[in-house]
Amino acid sequence: MRDWRTVVIVLVMPVILLLLFGFAISMEVNDVRVVMAVDAHSDSSRRLAAAIDANPCFIFSGLVNEQQIEPLMRGGRADVALVGRNGRWQIIADASNPVIARSAAAYVSSVVTETASPQTLEVTVHTLYNPSLRSAYNFVPGILGMIFILVCAIMTSVSIVSEKESGTMDMLLVSPARPGLIILGKLIPYFILSCVLLALMLAISYIVLGLPFSAESLGSIILSLIYIVLSLSIGLLVSTLVATQLSALIVSAMLFMIPVIMLSGMIFPIDNMPQPLQWISTIVPARWYIEAMRRVMIQQLPLAAVWRELAMLGAMTLVLLSLAITKFRSRQ
Amino acid sequence: MNSDVIIVRNLTKRFGAFTAVDAISFSVRRGEIFGFLGANGAGKTTAMRMLCGLSIPTSGSASVAGCDIVTEPEPVKRNIGYMSQRFALYGALTVMQNLRLFATVYGMSDADFRQSARTLMQWLDMESLADTTVSSLPVGWKQKLAFAAATIHNPSVLFLDEPTGGVDPITRRRFWELIYKVASEGMTVFVTTHYLDEAEYCDRVCIMVDGSIRALDTPAELKKKYKCDTVDAVFRQVAQTALRSADA
Repeated sequence: MRDWRTVVIVLVMPVILLLLFGFAISMEVNDVRVVMAVDAHSDSSRRLAAAIDANPCFIFSGLVNEQQIEPLMRGGRADVALVGRNGRWQIIADASNPVIARSAAAYVSSVVTETASPQTLEVTVHTLYNPSLRSAYNFVPGILGMIFILVCAIMTSVSIVSEKESGTMDMLLVSPARPGLIILGKLIPYFILSCVLLALMLAISYIVLGLPFSAESLGSIILSLIYIVLSLSIGLLVSTLVATQLSALIVSAMLFMIPVIMLSGMIFPIDNMPQPLQWISTIVPARWYIEAMRRVMIQQLPLAAVWRELAMLGAMTLVLLSLAITKFRSRQ
Repeated sequence: MNSDVIIVRNLTKRFGAFTAVDAISFSVRRGEIFGFLGANGAGKTTAMRMLCGLSIPTSGSASVAGCDIVTEPEPVKRNIGYMSQRFALYGALTVMQNLRLFATVYGMSDADFRQSARTLMQWLDMESLADTTVSSLPVGWKQKLAFAAATIHNPSVLFLDEPTGGVDPITRRRFWELIYKVASEGMTVFVTTHYLDEAEYCDRVCIMVDGSIRALDTPAELKKKYKCDTVDAVFRQVAQTALRSADA
């Protein structure tokens, strides 16, 4: 371990990322401060006030005048206001953060519907697989999908290209060592590093973040190993196409990192994308990996249930690996 | 046994429409110091890369140490040593670790390596530096070490690609003493350079212009033939017809 700093960065950064997404960056909305303004108190308004007060998601900040709502919101002391006029309710939300506003308004509106007219409409929402709607669950597959591209594709391509730049690659190629062996020698350390990383990330997911563990969870290891080999092939392929470390970094980041974040469904749901982007997303390996990992890790389905994703990942691996090896071997 | 260690016949390399090396033919005798001269872009590095098996010729043939470079690349590789113009070494490893790495890549046994490394380090006066990290070495020592790495497996042919680039004149002179030493022990040395004073140190000199060989003889014969005092002047006369720009 001569370059131990890199190893530490590679091992520590994903852990921090996972914990950050798992705990700190939460898409859940808590502690929504609700104020209420009514023209005349009635049973329903009292019931509603009590229901909001009792709900752990909300902090009931009291009854106010309608005129006070705007200054309160401007002052950042209220997130949502409920205004009652003639028995009808209006929800006013502070949309300076649209994500919070949308969820908070939806929460409040469901409480209003429930308390104001429980008889007219009854909706029971039952969320499967992630009953508490914890966003950590959703992020684990996405972060894994990103980390392996980062470690395998970017680091491998940069390290191989650095040998091209320094000329040591030529020294190895003029030696009797076979090109295949040289490639293997370059890939194995990153493969081992990725496996250590995978073990670390899964351990954190199951032990610290509390993802449900079952026999099916082992499928995630097989999926991840395929994805690691796929990412290594990408790294090797990039290294054969570029001449400098900087361009290796740029090509890997632009061609692989950004699609992983934007088009893999890690953050933005693929079904909500415009059709052309959905088509493009089918060639992003991370999309298939993340999709399959969600099924296996969160829904706890067996590998057979994700055969389509497995087949796509397998086919992509074969194509990219054979392309990379052919490119690497071809002497100019 | 044939005393020609390198035999090149009509060796050609094209990159698309550009002919980098145009049907060159020559041969190099055992133990000879063969200088390959030319401006940047004349095709000398491309020619050398083909002889080392790093690049496949478009047409023509060549054999190195009795083996064909296209059909028998493996035995060729075992018999050659190569030093690139960048003193390619692993900067994070120590001097000894670099030597061990290249010895291992060439399939040397541990005992052979120890023997070879001790002799080389003694000879190059580098014993005190054995455990120094290469990235902290001055350029002259890096050059020596790259030379050691290229010769550790005792190859029969040594290819040196502009081995003295960016090195001061005194270090260059010392480096040529190393070349003389290995050549006197029977190693064939094939060296490209654009320092024309170095051409005087070679047994025979080949001048490449625009991908083909314009002159090939001993420095003394060349000077006599072109009626010049130095190889530098011979080169100017021969290369004045060059069409390719020097910085191509």
